[in-house]
Amino acid sequence: MSAHDDQDRPQARHVHNDGGAAHGHDHNAPDSGPTLRVKALEALLIEKGIVEAQALDALVDTYEHRVGPRNGARVVARAWTDPAYKKRLLADATAAIAEAGVAPGLEGEHMVALENTPKVHNLVVCTLCSCYPWPVLGLPPVWYKSAAYRSRAVSDTRGVLREFGVELARGVEVRVWDSSAELRYLVIPMRPRGSEKLGVDELAAIVTRDAMIGTAIVKYPPASAGG
Amino acid sequence: MNGIHDLGGMDGFGAVIHEAGEPVFHAPWERRMFALTIALFGRRVFNVDEFRHAIERMPPADYLRTTYYEHWLHGCERLLIEKGLVTPGELSAAYAANGGPDGTAPPAQATPPATAARRPRAAQDKKPRTRARFRVGDRIVARILNPPGHTRLPRYARGRRGVVRRDHGVLVFPDTSAHGGGAHRQHCYTVEFAGRELWGRDYPADERVMIDLWEDYLEAEKVPSRRIAMKAAGHPRTVAKPARIAPAKAQTGSRMRTR
Repeated sequence: MSAHDDQDRPQARHVHNDGGAAHGHDHNAPDSGPTLRVKALEALLIEKGIVEAQALDALVDTYEHRVGPRNGARVVARAWTDPAYKKRLLADATAAIAEAGVAPGLEGEHMVALENTPKVHNLVVCTLCSCYPWPVLGLPPVWYKSAAYRSRAVSDTRGVLREFGVELARGVEVRVWDSSAELRYLVIPMRPRGSEKLGVDELAAIVTRDAMIGTAIVKYPPASAGG
Repeated sequence: MNGIHDLGGMDGFGAVIHEAGEPVFHAPWERRMFALTIALFGRRVFNVDEFRHAIERMPPADYLRTTYYEHWLHGCERLLIEKGLVTPGELSAAYAANGGPDGTAPPAQATPPATAARRPRAAQDKKPRTRARFRVGDRIVARILNPPGHTRLPRYARGRRGVVRRDHGVLVFPDTSAHGGGAHRQHCYTVEFAGRELWGRDYPADERVMIDLWEDYLEAEKVPSRRIAMKAAGHPRTVAKPARIAPAKAQTGSRMRTR
């Protein structure tokens, strides 16, 4: 799927709300979407000296290219291979994530790590907005921000998991963490069977973003594609 | 406020749709909107609680119809106007200057910021409340609150009983911070609620919802004596003489209460 193919976006309830700039066909009627409003707002704030264009470029670069789920995957792989580190991660995730070389930042000031086990499955949501641990997972995917996920993750948890292809065994306790305050959650998924011989880097490569939210199970060998 | 943003437990939004290979941003304007918002946070034009509340005040139908970064656009425009950094006229002029039709309307009218009609109790505090009222393991009830302003107590938890599982120390209290009422730092706890306490007895017994709640959202659960509890539950007799009550039912009832 191309980077610009956004026509199936679950949140996009009407077709014009991207202003047309991204998906190759012209919706560029002046009032067709936020493109113009954002452009005008940026121009006005630069003119007033409230923001600077270069600072905006740097922010985009950071969050588009430098921050993302690979950071969290490194933390998880280390926790899988280093029991003392896992202990520190579960006791003080903010410090342990910094220790793993992940730069602290917005939406990661108060981190909590949750360990999935054969008996307990953790799942993270924010029913009130879309709080998400940016430094370890990057910016949230559209499904995480969607009304469908935010509404039912707490009240139909196993149903939502089934939509992700996750069927939990009977007797597994499910804990849903609603990120209603400034705590941000990172799920440590279960290390898959068969991965015993892999090194830290190879393990990090099989940890998926969704597994660190709790909507996927890490598989080895990994499934061909997907979040 | 009891806004459209408070989605927990609602039905009707359909299946969760997963986009494979999703890009970080779906359009160039999303990049710019993201960066603009973060820059405004950096300049302390507004705080995160004010920002969330500005989005919550969107007309509900608009909220559901628009995407995440459109919410951000609305929140930024709204707060920049309310804080006097830009005027609706300047915004309209900027639209026109960038190719928009003359006189493009400023953002749709939203709920105005709440007045201090019912002030959160924390607003009376002079200092951060560093002493914790609750300890891990305490049984609590989430208060039934319907503040006109911002709150992070989801509707689905109000009036429900839970157990304090973690104490995260003192954090800025959103209900005052969103309204220029100060930080009023107080303890914030992770509270565990049984799925059945939130959603009823048809819900699986092995599911829990963990919610991060500030001290002012909670009160200690008053555990009724067994006798009063039985009466309240509509049982005609006390436990001392349960012969005529279906034993299984009475059993379930009491187990629910001691959870």
